[in-house]
Amino acid sequence: MMFSRLFENVSRRMLVLLAALLIVLFGAPFFATDYLLTVLILILYFAYIGQAWNIMMGFAGQLSLGHALYVGLGAYTSAALYVHFGIGPWIGLLVAIPIAALAGVFIGYLAFRFKVGGVYFAILTIAVAEFARVGFDHFAWTKGSSGLFLPVAQFTRNDLWLLRGQPVMFYYILLVATVLAFVFCRALLQSRMGYFWLAIREDEEAARSAGIDTFRYKMIAVVISSGMTSFAGVIYAFYYNNLFPEQVFHISRSIEIILGPIVGGVGTLFGPIIGAFLLTGMSETLIAALHAVGLDIPGAKQVFYGICLLLVIMALPDGIWPWLARRLGLSEREK
Amino acid sequence: MPFEVYLNVAVGGLLTGLVYGLMALGLSVIFGVVRVVNFAHGEMMTIAMYIAIVLFSALHLDPMVMMVPIAAVLFCFGYALQAGVINPFITRPEHSQFLLLVAIAIIMINVLLILFGPDAQSVQTSYSYDSFQFGKLIVDATKLYAAAAAVTVAVALYCFFQFTAIGTAIRACADNYTGALVVGLDVKHLYALTFGLGSACVGAAGVMLVLIVDVTPSLGPAYTLLAFVIVITGGLGSMPGALLGGVLIGLTEAMAGLIFTPSAKSMFAFGILVLVLLFRPQGIMGKKVT
Amino acid sequence: MNALLRVEGISKRFRGLLAVDRLTFDVPEGGIFAVIGPNGAGKTTLFNMIAGVYKPDNGIITFAGERIEGLAPDQVCQRGIGRTFQIVRPFPALSVEDNVIVGALMRRNDVVDARTHAHEVLRRLDLYDKRTQLASSLTLPDRKRLEVARSLATDPKLLLLDEVMAGLRPTETDRIVSILRELNRESGLTILLIEHVMRAVMALAGRILVLHHGASIAEGVPGDVVRDQAVIDSYLGAEDI
Repeated sequence: MMFSRLFENVSRRMLVLLAALLIVLFGAPFFATDYLLTVLILILYFAYIGQAWNIMMGFAGQLSLGHALYVGLGAYTSAALYVHFGIGPWIGLLVAIPIAALAGVFIGYLAFRFKVGGVYFAILTIAVAEFARVGFDHFAWTKGSSGLFLPVAQFTRNDLWLLRGQPVMFYYILLVATVLAFVFCRALLQSRMGYFWLAIREDEEAARSAGIDTFRYKMIAVVISSGMTSFAGVIYAFYYNNLFPEQVFHISRSIEIILGPIVGGVGTLFGPIIGAFLLTGMSETLIAALHAVGLDIPGAKQVFYGICLLLVIMALPDGIWPWLARRLGLSEREK
Repeated sequence: MPFEVYLNVAVGGLLTGLVYGLMALGLSVIFGVVRVVNFAHGEMMTIAMYIAIVLFSALHLDPMVMMVPIAAVLFCFGYALQAGVINPFITRPEHSQFLLLVAIAIIMINVLLILFGPDAQSVQTSYSYDSFQFGKLIVDATKLYAAAAAVTVAVALYCFFQFTAIGTAIRACADNYTGALVVGLDVKHLYALTFGLGSACVGAAGVMLVLIVDVTPSLGPAYTLLAFVIVITGGLGSMPGALLGGVLIGLTEAMAGLIFTPSAKSMFAFGILVLVLLFRPQGIMGKKVT
Repeated sequence: MNALLRVEGISKRFRGLLAVDRLTFDVPEGGIFAVIGPNGAGKTTLFNMIAGVYKPDNGIITFAGERIEGLAPDQVCQRGIGRTFQIVRPFPALSVEDNVIVGALMRRNDVVDARTHAHEVLRRLDLYDKRTQLASSLTLPDRKRLEVARSLATDPKLLLLDEVMAGLRPTETDRIVSILRELNRESGLTILLIEHVMRAVMALAGRILVLHHGASIAEGVPGDVVRDQAVIDSYLGAEDI
């Protein structure tokens, strides 16, 4: 019943667009070079997390600047269980989700109980993520700042259960996850809770006076978002095979996560996907372009990246998707 | 450890904290008036630090002497940034402002990286290793000078807001944006001025910090965060609060570094932030919001 | 008639200023009750106490036999009190329809049911044709009616209206007056309104309470209240009658 109205108000044009996108993405590994495949993996990774972040910010209006916390908790939980006890990542995920969700509950409870909102909430999320970063630096069980490594070997076959295998396996896992996240978010938006979230995002006081228990629904948003994000952490751990607190929990990771959905369009379903494609694509193109003109000195790429980001946000403050949807002639509801 | 060690470290932390306080004051002034969170605050400080380093290594100009000129440069920079880039964003949602300033921060960090490389640089003045002794208490000369300069700048800024016509006009803008427009204040100009002043504060703090810490291009984000922690701890919009928050955080970090391990010290600062958010969300010196 | 809402001796003080001073009154079930008074008389503070935004310093508020003082706004709404805000606050980026669906979902779990209900409410308030517009694009009179619609969609027994006619032209005022009167007559909705527009108050209210400096200076049927000397002196002035 939750998914029964998934295709309500979806135009034919939109369906064709979606189908074409899916076919391209599912077929991509057959044509892509190894390099392109790693780029696509990165894009899907950011599209998935962006979708998860968007539930909190785009739907419920709570600006989290510390989502690296949930990625890190997911990554460390599953990797440590695997390294220490040989527990596979899917079982690890069952532990990782509650741990990340619990961290979300902690932040959410503190903030929402004591009416910490807006910028203050954002700073609180950064603070907890930073707290975790320094904490994990000194946490011996996960090898502290010297890093936690997963055993790596030449994988001849793809072991889906233990997530040991080649990039293409991770590509398909992330593709499926991204599609599921998209469908799930669409269903959420169409649900009773989705309406309540949007009301809270728009005007919390007015939402309360319309009978909405804002505390409860904000908490649910945090729990869903953090739980979903931790899955990306599990994939991160098993794809890269090494974890350093300085990298995983760093504030620049949190910022990376949210650039995509903001550039793509906060609160829209396509925003996180478009943002991930654009920003990752832009980043890789800049590397190649700067290399071609012999300008590949450290920092040059980021300067151009920053300038592009600046131009996009100045030209399209609501993000790309609302603008693109208008250009594509899609209806109001499909934005 | 003998008691003197604790005392010396505490005084050192307190003095450094005053410089932190000046840095945070810049952030507090900008947010209090313009209502924009300057996510490039630490990066602006890093720019001031590199200016001080270049002037010192190329022309042997002492940072203490160059504090005011460099702060003036940062003032112009902040003014231009607000008037040219940030102003259209003041009515946009927070995430939009955040993205804008993050983009600016990314550009700043990496321009510095291109210009100066990733290695740490520092300034070695003739008084770098001097110290004053008061009984058993030993105080680094650099820290004492830096703290004195920070307090002087903070007092000057306070006087500016209290006793000058422009300062009063800026406070009026902060209290009531529409009201300020109605009585004919040039709000755009005043906002840019405020952003300039905030930048000058962080610039002055940066020049002072050059005497105490080593500088790398990637220093920015950590100091941006530190400034947030201090401002929220002390109370947003309260000038004494920023200094007090700075002292508190400086002291906490120094003591935590001594008692536990230096690499864990920022954890305690964040711990304080969380406690303040919970039990006194308006900050130690902040006014209660109803 | 029974009292649906009973306010007994409530007070609220802000930083030494007594905004509402030991106020007592009953709103009869099915009635239209108006609270008038000069600016700063404590009308909105009174509303905010009933709606759960503020907890009264003393006194009791009873709604349908249950004490509600100190409940949160959402709990008050769930018990059957809907409200509007003096400065309208629709959800700006949502469509008119979605704004009302949010209200309708309070007592409905199914979005399709809620939409059906929202459409009924929108028709009542002459907003059905504008249902796909964004709330932010509406004119002020439309936004005021949208607030009423969102609140009505929560199926309240009592509707608190905070100056819904303020700033409207006489024709718009008459339109809202007739809508409210119809709602009251047809569904027995009890209405408590704060209003400055005396024309609307006289046309609607069965009973009027006059607030001055947080205290009641007169209460009764409209005809009596407007002839009360204290009311004329403090609020109405002779020329308004």
